[in-house]
Amino acid sequence: MLKVIKARIHQKNRTYPFPQKMPIMDPRYAGRPLIKPAKCRADCKKCVELCPTQAISKNNDKITIDLGHCIFCRDCEVMCPSSVISFSKEFSMGANSLSSLKVTDESYAKLEEMGAELKRLFGRSLKLRQVSAGGCNACEADCNVLTTPTFDMARFGITFVASPRHADGLLVTGPVTQNMKQALVKAYKALPAPAIVIATGACAISGGIFRDNFETNNGIGDLIPVDLYVPGCPPNPWTILDAMLRFMGAHK
Amino acid sequence: MSYLTLKNAVPAPIKEVPTQEYETFKATIKELLEQECRLSSLFAAPIELDKRIFAVMTNDKNSEIYVFATKHNQTFESLTPEIPQAHWFEREIAETHNIKITNHPWLKPIRFQPKLGEKNFPTAGDTDYFKVNGEEIHEVGVGPIHAGVIEPGHFRFQCYGEKVLHLEIELGYQHRGIERVLPQILHQKRIKMIETASGDTTIGHTTAYALNIEGLANAPISTNDALVRSIALELERMANHTGDLGAMAGDIGFMPTSSYCGRIRGDILNTTGMICGNRFGRGLVKPASSGYRIDAELNKKILDKLDLIEADVKSAIDLIWQTPSVNARFDDTGSVSRENAVAIGLVGPAARAAGVAIDIRMTHPFDAFKELEPIVPVGKKGDVGMRAQVRWHELQNSFKLVRDMLAKLNDNEAQSEIDRNICDKLAPDMISVALTEGWRGEICHTTITDSAGKIKIYKIVDPSFHNWFGLALALRDQEISDFPLCNKSFNLSYCGHDL
Repeated sequence: MLKVIKARIHQKNRTYPFPQKMPIMDPRYAGRPLIKPAKCRADCKKCVELCPTQAISKNNDKITIDLGHCIFCRDCEVMCPSSVISFSKEFSMGANSLSSLKVTDESYAKLEEMGAELKRLFGRSLKLRQVSAGGCNACEADCNVLTTPTFDMARFGITFVASPRHADGLLVTGPVTQNMKQALVKAYKALPAPAIVIATGACAISGGIFRDNFETNNGIGDLIPVDLYVPGCPPNPWTILDAMLRFMGAHK
Repeated sequence: MSYLTLKNAVPAPIKEVPTQEYETFKATIKELLEQECRLSSLFAAPIELDKRIFAVMTNDKNSEIYVFATKHNQTFESLTPEIPQAHWFEREIAETHNIKITNHPWLKPIRFQPKLGEKNFPTAGDTDYFKVNGEEIHEVGVGPIHAGVIEPGHFRFQCYGEKVLHLEIELGYQHRGIERVLPQILHQKRIKMIETASGDTTIGHTTAYALNIEGLANAPISTNDALVRSIALELERMANHTGDLGAMAGDIGFMPTSSYCGRIRGDILNTTGMICGNRFGRGLVKPASSGYRIDAELNKKILDKLDLIEADVKSAIDLIWQTPSVNARFDDTGSVSRENAVAIGLVGPAARAAGVAIDIRMTHPFDAFKELEPIVPVGKKGDVGMRAQVRWHELQNSFKLVRDMLAKLNDNEAQSEIDRNICDKLAPDMISVALTEGWRGEICHTTITDSAGKIKIYKIVDPSFHNWFGLALALRDQEISDFPLCNKSFNLSYCGHDL
């Protein structure tokens, strides 16, 4: 018993005072990309050709990065001859719609909080059922970590529950393998209404690196409606928590 | 006996792989098994390319790898009745390549893939299950979706009261078609896909890929770059062992260790993040290079962080060994005997806990392990307690290894260039087998190139492929309530198995 208490004293209180205080990301962390369109050369499509997930497109000399596809590998940043693309330290990247995941310059769409009725129901208590549907265990690990003392998402009323029947929504990871399609749809249907769906990670949003493999779907969007998109491969835990809190109206 | 002898990630011409008659093939495997070699991989080439089944066997005594093959003609008599290690591989061969395996004792799908050339998926999990009949026997089905935040899979228990007579594990829910796609895509995408083969073992799998590519392109990696990725490999081991020891404590309701380890695991992942920006080491491993340098300043930062982490992890995990109620639950739970471990070809900490002294870092050294040898802890009982002990000793040794590697980094060595076209320079008609020791055990990647030097066949064996059956054996005659604990002590990969 005394040893347990001694260890408790050694381990201290480690919960980070987020969102009052912002976490400091590592110098090499790749957050929200920024694009400087004026610098882009009309004849160059290097980033478009290099991108392993076809997240970058170029139309009318304008570069667009789709955060729903991007795996933040930084290859485009490294290879761009004109330093058009750079990855910032901004970890807040949650989005309400696929269109607001598209980055074309240095601005970005603000994440809107859920509707008034949903906020009344879920604003201070959100129970989520996590479904991994082809996730590689990285997104899953970064969701799991939200229950540890550093993040302690339960202090915001967010917890993972063991059944969709007890849940206010699904948090889905993975591109949705054909073999998980039925289970995912069933879990969605088992949610009592109203319910929300969070697509976490590039795979769940667009299929990610597995896009167009016939063994997988291209994310969850064609199967169930999505309310919140959290980009990344995997998203940093702060990105997931930040998106959920902003969506609940608990962090502005 | 004839076979092609390879060293870890040193390629040889594919034509030197002997093709044997079935009986000789079988006898060769049996004889090598008697010499305590292991079946690391057994796979069929896609029918349109090559009508052969290849065996890759590993000799832990002399660092050799043996490759040989036999023709199959669309039917193949099962090796499993005499060679239990082949059972899961044969199920994979039958399912993936539509090769009829005769006389297999328990032939059924492992991934629920469509029939060869078709795209209609069967219903996942819909298959015959081993059934125990009798009064008061009941069946418990769990999954594919589990109660926690974890990948999907289906477990079916045959129980007599609380006692588990048999556990059958059916996976396949995570099948993403990785092996089918790998030869068809460009290197830039291929390496990203391998990073997610088993996402918590990104460094283990990408290192195996990089080793093969470096061998085939004859582009050796610099000492510094090899050190950087070996450091990342050890950090990956430390993070997962810490997390799992915490989760094991959580599964028996011992919350202090569970709570602390969850956080400390994050601190270790963040250390990987300090090197490459990503907590899982995405983008850290690149063939013949590393985009990331650990300079003197970062070196110092990592060392300082390791000191803090080590003190925290020791404080958290020592509680396990000091608390009798924890040891009472760990000891003699979920045992796998040495005999069974050898028979089914268990790898990694699960094998070592059962008394099998294998570790690729020691037996087939690669990268920084060519000079720095790890301490390989070996247990006896093969129970949860031993798996926990083995992981704890490995974790402690990894701190030392990382410090030794950091000390070896040479700040004056020039930064290597990333070669993005390295896969255009692969030697044609070659085979290369790369082995690495991920935190779950042996990772085996076999790469075969065609006459134009393009990758023709890419075969991945994740340690989970060997070990899932070990978990099933561990559950025999156990309380069903001990399943989470047993499961966590292995903590196998669903996606690494399903690919």
